[in-house]
Amino acid sequence: MRLAADVFLLLGGLFCVLGSLGLLRMPDVYNRIQAGTKAVTLGALSFLVGVGLLYPQWWAKLLCIGGFILFTNPVGSSSIARALYLSGVRPWTVRESRAAASASAPQQRG
Amino acid sequence: MSLNPLEIAAFALMGTALLLGLVRFGLGPRTPDRLVAADTLSVITTAGLAGVAALLASPLYLDVALVYGVLAFVGVVALARAIEGGRQ
Repeated sequence: MRLAADVFLLLGGLFCVLGSLGLLRMPDVYNRIQAGTKAVTLGALSFLVGVGLLYPQWWAKLLCIGGFILFTNPVGSSSIARALYLSGVRPWTVRESRAAASASAPQQRG
Repeated sequence: MSLNPLEIAAFALMGTALLLGLVRFGLGPRTPDRLVAADTLSVITTAGLAGVAALLASPLYLDVALVYGVLAFVGVVALARAIEGGRQ
C-alpha cells in the first residue's frame, strides 16, 4: 500500500515537473496553456491519489479537491485562451518564427 | 510521518515544478504568460497543500487546499475577464 502510494506520488511530481517545463520551454502562450493544463492536471490528480492511498480515511475531501481540479482547470484555461484570442493575441506559427530568425540573422539562414 | 526516499523525491519534484513555474511567472514577456503561469502555479499549489497535509498528518490542510483552489479559480477567471476587455 505504501509502495503504491509512493509510485502515485512520484508520478504526480514527475508530471507536474513536465508541465512546468513545458510552461517554460514552449514558444507561445497558447502552447503554454496546453502544457500547463493537461500535464499538470494529470500530475495533480495522481498526487492526490497518492495522498489518498497514504491516508485512506481522507478520501472524501481528496475526492472533493480532485473533482474540483478536474472541473475548474479546463474551465479556467479555456477562459484564458478565449480572452487572449478576443483581445487580439495571434497564435504562433513556424513561418513567422523563421521569418523573424532570418530577419535577425540573414547571412546564416540565407 | 516519516518519509522514505521515494516520498522525499516526490516532494522535491513538486518543489521543482513550483520553481519552474515561478521562473516563467517572473520571466513572462507579457501579461498573458504571467496569467497562464499563475493558473498552473495555483493547481500545483493545491496538490502540494494536500501533500503538506500528508506530511504533517493533519487533515486541516485539506480544507486549506480546497479553499485555496476555489479562490485561485475565481481570481484567474476574473483576470481573464479583465484582459478580455469590454464586449461590443
